[in-house]
Amino acid sequence: MIRRALIVLAVALFGFMFAGLSVHHVERQSLPPLGKRYVELVPQERGAPNVITGILLTYRAFDTLGELAVLFMVAAGVGMVLGGREGDHANRLSDATPPPRQASEIVGTGAQILVPLIAIFAVYIIANGHLSAGGGFQGGAVVASSAVLLLLANPKQRFDQQMLASTEAMAGVLFVLVGVAGLIFANGFLDNRVLPLGQFGTFFSAGAIPLLSVLLGAKVGCELSVIIDRFRT
Amino acid sequence: MISTVVLVTGLTLILIGIWGMLTHRNILRIIIAFSLIGTGTHILIVAIGYVASGTAPIIDRSLSIAKAPMRAVDPVPSALVVTAIVIGLAVTAIMLAFAIRLYQAKKTLSIDAFTESRW
Repeated sequence: MIRRALIVLAVALFGFMFAGLSVHHVERQSLPPLGKRYVELVPQERGAPNVITGILLTYRAFDTLGELAVLFMVAAGVGMVLGGREGDHANRLSDATPPPRQASEIVGTGAQILVPLIAIFAVYIIANGHLSAGGGFQGGAVVASSAVLLLLANPKQRFDQQMLASTEAMAGVLFVLVGVAGLIFANGFLDNRVLPLGQFGTFFSAGAIPLLSVLLGAKVGCELSVIIDRFRT
Repeated sequence: MISTVVLVTGLTLILIGIWGMLTHRNILRIIIAFSLIGTGTHILIVAIGYVASGTAPIIDRSLSIAKAPMRAVDPVPSALVVTAIVIGLAVTAIMLAFAIRLYQAKKTLSIDAFTESRW
């Protein structure tokens, strides 16, 4: 009873705080200085129409690299927590849970039709990251969603772990190498002007941004697929 | 106006998440509540970046380079949220992995069964 009262009190206090925040919220009438600089600089200096991708892959690309490290650690961490001794693990689950049921025909056929389409859509999102809404992170998540669909359609499906791991490692190494190339041939680490900026708004433009986007998409897609794959009992 | 609606939506989601985390005893439900708090925070950050009658900061036919600083919304919160979504997924994955391990240890998902680390 006391517990319940305390919970109600805590939620009410949070609600009071949030109510104050939303009552006093004033909509911005103009961009703050930092956002304004980015909106001006990304198209002019970096040649990318999509300002957000421009920020993620040039000015704050170092953070993106750190984020890739976080994703890698999560994949390793999930593997460590769920891994353990293989036989031991299987024994403990088999007595409690029934074997996975075969997916229905609708899901199976749907997966056969949809997975190639999802894959093409993912490539489109990743490759057009510098021109329209999209980019490596978003496209990588779409790739992982096709992996989920494959697993739902066929729970016994085995992904080639070796291939996923080496693709991911290659993408990571190439990402850093492009960054180092920026250090040597341009103005700093992960500077996108190592490649020619090209004509604004065309597919081959914005220097190294499309290349970094593809590498990021490959890495995120493989990483998330590995994480999802680890959850299969 | 729009940003206030979005802001209130985000704050409400956070509130629902806090309530769910405190009342439920099932670990999976606590994880869902945690994800709700995360989603609410993302919506909140995007709402803060909105500029009155602004549009997406993508230069195309309807938004020229010259007009962009006047009409685009703040790109910095959007860029932050893109990364935060991926990290949110990663954190959820880690929590679910721990939930599976806890279930293997005690054959239950109730948080009441795990009293050893209680202070």
